Amino acid sequence: MAEMTYRDAINLALKEEMRHAPSVVVLGEDVALYEGSFKVTRGLLAEFGEERVRDTPISENTIIGVSIGAAMGGLRPVAELMTVNFALLAMDQIINHMAKIRSMFGGQTFLPMTVRMPGGGGSQLAAQHSQSLETYFMHCPGLRVLYPSTPADAKGLLKSAIRDNNPVIFLEHELLYNSKGQVPEDPEFLIPIGKAEIKRLGEQVTIVSYARMTVLALQAAEELEKEGISCEVVDLRSLAPLDEEAILGSVRKTGRVVVVEECWRNCGLGAEITSRIFEKCFDSLQAPVKRVSGLDVPMPYSRKIEKICIPDKESIAQAVRDVVSGRY
Amino acid sequence: MEPKLRMVLADQELLKFYEQMFLAREFEERCAEQYTKGNITGFLHLYSGQEAVAVGATAGLHHDDYILSAYREHAQAIVRGAKPKRVMAELFGKATGICKGKGGSMHLFDPAINFMGGYAIVGGQLPIAVGLAFAARYRGEDRITACFFGDGAVNQGTFHESLNWAQLWQLPVLFICENNFYGIGTEVHRSSALASIHRRTCGYDIPSEKVDGMDVIAIYKAVKHAAEKVRESGRPYFIEATTYRYRGHSMADPGKYRSSAEHDLWKTRDPLPNYAKRLIDEGITTREALDAIEARYKTLVDDAVKFAEESPWPEDSEVYNDIYV
Repeated sequence: MAEMTYRDAINLALKEEMRHAPSVVVLGEDVALYEGSFKVTRGLLAEFGEERVRDTPISENTIIGVSIGAAMGGLRPVAELMTVNFALLAMDQIINHMAKIRSMFGGQTFLPMTVRMPGGGGSQLAAQHSQSLETYFMHCPGLRVLYPSTPADAKGLLKSAIRDNNPVIFLEHELLYNSKGQVPEDPEFLIPIGKAEIKRLGEQVTIVSYARMTVLALQAAEELEKEGISCEVVDLRSLAPLDEEAILGSVRKTGRVVVVEECWRNCGLGAEITSRIFEKCFDSLQAPVKRVSGLDVPMPYSRKIEKICIPDKESIAQAVRDVVSGRY
Repeated sequence: MEPKLRMVLADQELLKFYEQMFLAREFEERCAEQYTKGNITGFLHLYSGQEAVAVGATAGLHHDDYILSAYREHAQAIVRGAKPKRVMAELFGKATGICKGKGGSMHLFDPAINFMGGYAIVGGQLPIAVGLAFAARYRGEDRITACFFGDGAVNQGTFHESLNWAQLWQLPVLFICENNFYGIGTEVHRSSALASIHRRTCGYDIPSEKVDGMDVIAIYKAVKHAAEKVRESGRPYFIEATTYRYRGHSMADPGKYRSSAEHDLWKTRDPLPNYAKRLIDEGITTREALDAIEARYKTLVDDAVKFAEESPWPEDSEVYNDIYV
């Protein structure tokens, strides 16, 4: 184990997988010479050279299309879109092509590719650079969607993504890049896709969350413990496929649920998780499921009002208190 | 003055061009019939009129070269080597189809013959072709990627992004624009500020040329030459093949935006009878021999229809297969 940041854990995963398989190539805007907008690809060009670490034009749709072709042609590309917001320029290649090709061609090919996208809000980057679009990808069959909350998860999940033979959307939270944690150094350390992790055991309330929301949920649980409320925190890690068993198992134990999502509430992943809970373990519930979500507004710039658009420790803690006390 | 055919190829190859063009035309016309009968449903975009492009271009490539196309791609797949009966079964939506009935008319795919797909979002296949070319070069493979698309694709962002990228990374891609002058019902000069499509590549410094897409020999020679250049230089090249589709954009389109005079003019340039006449005039074959060829391919397409009719539907459980590895 070594302590490192979320950024360095991702960087290490990329380096290990590039050493592991010569078919792994990294491409994206400013990933080579500039070493990434968030410096995630630092040192890659120096170690692996310019044929394997490639700067691209600002052509997001074609970054994905070229990666699809490369994957079909026998490579294992890892594309970086500078932020998830720019993935909207690539939605044709992501949804109409990447997610469909294996199925519509009758299973005759597969796309072993990963698309990394930093995202999330909270840095006063205003409406076009602060979005949480995870639900957009979760909605579409044919994709896997991962979103880690810790450096160890980031490393183990990214390595699994690169080795997976399906297209994977790998989301990284911009505000977690400097967060630190213990990370296994074993180059065969992999975290299976589709498995949530219970990050904190508890008895009274289940908090289901992911990525930065898990970090906040754990802080809220810590505080609630002092108030005598015991929370279990289920960190999804894999948004598609969802680990439904892990969610339902915890809900059956606690009987109360708060789902925390950074994305917009309307048609968000909280809505999906909530309805699955109602459909599959209604009888276990002692209170209605409560959601804590990003506000349904375009993100404002001003830090004073941006703050209220994103769930924080206090709004999560309050939701838990409400569920426990029956004030829904 | 046109060159004598025997200066270009041996008799057997010259006859093969006619056979393939006839097969493509016959296949498409039978598709139209089967669509009318309700055996083929969904969108059906027929290639009748454009056969010389698929046949000449495919002959100018190596078998290892990748081919990608858009959604008017039956002929390209069949000429490359896809079995007509499996293509017809795909159009019928049957389990024996080339993509198990999951793709249909617009999404043929056969990696065994390096036919890397029909794509139905205009311009969507261009970046994928660039990626395949990158993979081939990275792996040290001696193959180029030929990417077909229509005149409608040239105003999509992916067209410009892909041309720029292929030249920037110096990738062996042969772009082949089949200019049939209409993107559904909009004529090229009403959609493109510069209607001379091959000239648009100057912004990316990609060499280009315009070729008569109704002349199978002209297409063959141009593509063969271009493919050699791409293979040697490792850089992209661009061909605009001017052609015409005798039918509407799809079976749902009666094509009323085109005058009958225009249609009739292009009918005089039909690649099949004109090429047949050249073969006969130059003593390479006889009308009787061509009749025998035509009868043989009619039977082959009959058999394809019969195979499709008799094939089983996909099982319901099949919907969950082939989405993930």
